[in-house]
Amino acid sequence: MGKPETIVDKIWRNHMVHQEEGKPDLMYIDLHLIHEVTSPQAFEGLRLNNRSVRRPDLTYATMDHNVPTKNRDVIEDEISKKQMETLRKNCKDFGITLADMFHPDQGIVHVIGPQLGLTQPGKTIVCGDSHTSTHGAFGALAFGIGTSEVEHVLATQTLWQKRPKTLNVHVEGDLGTGVTAKDLILAIISKFGVRFGTGYVIEYTGEAIRNLSMEGRMTVCNMSIEAGARAGLISPDKTTVEFLRDKPNVPQGEAFEAKAAEWLALATDEGAEYDETVTINAEDIEPQVSWGTNPGMCVPVNSETPDISESENPDEVARALEYMGLEEKQPIQSIDIDHVFIGSCTNSRITDLRKAASIVEGHQVSDGVRAIVVPGSFGTKLQAEKEGLDTIFKEAGFEWRESGCSMCLAMNDDIVPPGGRCASTSNRNFEGRQGNGARTHLVSPEMAAAAAIEGHFVDVRKFAANIYS
Amino acid sequence: MEAIQKHQGTAVPLNRSNVDTDQIIPKQFLKRIERTGFGQFLFYNWRFDEDGNVREDFVLNNSAYHDGTILLAGENFGCGSSREHAPWALLDYGFRVIIAPSFADIFYNNALKNGIIPVQMDEEQVQQWIKRAEKSELELTVDLQEQIVRDDEREVPFDIPAYHRENLLNGLDEIALTLKHEAAITAFEQAAE
Ligand code: SF4
Repeated sequence: MGKPETIVDKIWRNHMVHQEEGKPDLMYIDLHLIHEVTSPQAFEGLRLNNRSVRRPDLTYATMDHNVPTKNRDVIEDEISKKQMETLRKNCKDFGITLADMFHPDQGIVHVIGPQLGLTQPGKTIVCGDSHTSTHGAFGALAFGIGTSEVEHVLATQTLWQKRPKTLNVHVEGDLGTGVTAKDLILAIISKFGVRFGTGYVIEYTGEAIRNLSMEGRMTVCNMSIEAGARAGLISPDKTTVEFLRDKPNVPQGEAFEAKAAEWLALATDEGAEYDETVTINAEDIEPQVSWGTNPGMCVPVNSETPDISESENPDEVARALEYMGLEEKQPIQSIDIDHVFIGSCTNSRITDLRKAASIVEGHQVSDGVRAIVVPGSFGTKLQAEKEGLDTIFKEAGFEWRESGCSMCLAMNDDIVPPGGRCASTSNRNFEGRQGNGARTHLVSPEMAAAAAIEGHFVDVRKFAANIYS
Repeated sequence: MEAIQKHQGTAVPLNRSNVDTDQIIPKQFLKRIERTGFGQFLFYNWRFDEDGNVREDFVLNNSAYHDGTILLAGENFGCGSSREHAPWALLDYGFRVIIAPSFADIFYNNALKNGIIPVQMDEEQVQQWIKRAEKSELELTVDLQEQIVRDDEREVPFDIPAYHRENLLNGLDEIALTLKHEAAITAFEQAAE
């Protein structure tokens, strides 16, 4: 037996194309996902240099950021339309499979990769999108890249990468009822800060992580970038294998069992060393609500916004509170909202929708609140409709939409107006993220659903009878 | 990418930490399919209010800094999305150097690929320059070959990984460099079959 290795060591070793003193390593990329916003300039670069796409078969494209979620037949924004048409043309010219706006596989890139079984343990996965870290939930090394790197991967199927340091985020104990993967990752970021993962790949370990569903693991890995880490992953186990069984792009039958054994062998070895380890206890975590303008600015729902003079960085806190239109020491439950967004690559999968629906069932959206549900993919939408979740949402007064990024970044028409306040299941509460002057509070799907009903934040555990597990 | 060896310019103080890419270039401007023309939208929501009026108190709207080419900022500059539109906007506006105590990983890479020098320096030094630049004009010279930033009094060293420094200094096309390893890539693919 050799030295115990982490999953990152193993994936790195398996993808090394070329190594040279004083240079980053040249790494092979197994899967390259593409969307309409960060790819046009990369294809333009290929054309200018007369280059082709090396492995169209390892490249997969969809449209998600710009697509309308109401009426797909009219795209009023001419520039959005042009961007989508450009992707269509690029995929056609270079032989890349595209899940177009009306395609049954369409959806948010980080939702469809796993659904189609394209995302698999041990793969190196990149996309011109920082939330590519989501795919790490499967034990893949997945990270976001810029457009120049997109072009580089298209042309060479490789990237020059410096070997990252590893950070073990160990979560002891288990989450309480009504406390979700979203609360866990928000609590981690608020405890350790928005920079603690910079320069690292995070591996999440421990009982609470093992007990999460694949959807929950995706929620956690998704927000690794919000802690500064380009990638976050979880060693594959039985949960991973069972999720992938029968998915379209994985081997079937006996071949699947052989593949599954390979996947399981990738898990971090007992006794492997990390560059850093931090620990958090899941039992201490309560449902979280962000109050400020970065995802680290979060507190438990039963507490209040910070005391400016007691804060480590008073200027930053004061600025954030001002933008958010909040007082210091204001109880979180006293904050009224006017928008609710259930969606995004963080929380728009079928279990997220089931959990939100079970809170909503039999209630009504509060007066003056506009609430929308945007399933993460067309497939998720169909599944939810099969289960009647759409009816539950609609009867309660939610809008039920087509899939896409939507109000997560408000690039299409789904915008929170200036001064509007949104309980959102997405991942970023930056200034203006959901619309110029809009105020975003990050929460779990259950907490968003409860806020929609009450018109302000409440502890979802109050709906104990409705909590889905 | 344009080669860059040395750059001299006026420093612009942006004393904020965690400046995210949504601030650098808001999403409504990400719909262009070219690499150019983003400068007019740089820090749009900080430069202009909701009705499109100039916000006089924002540093880029102060005429003293109109010719600035070196941006001084707080920790974790460029956090958030992977959009390369952020360095494109900075470059198009005229910035060639960003000096900050730390950078987000993806932004750091994206800057390097576009001929912007991301200079990482200790917080105290950056704060000292920010304070000076807020009071009066501060000229800095960034020498990439020597890995030194000079003000009128002294020289402060910084570090850029050798590989990236080479590429910046020579304005190299990284894809062409990688394609020299094509045999190794093909061999890797064959072994994986
Ligand atoms: S849902 Fe939001 S965070 Fe996720 S890929 Fe789309 S825009 Fe990015």
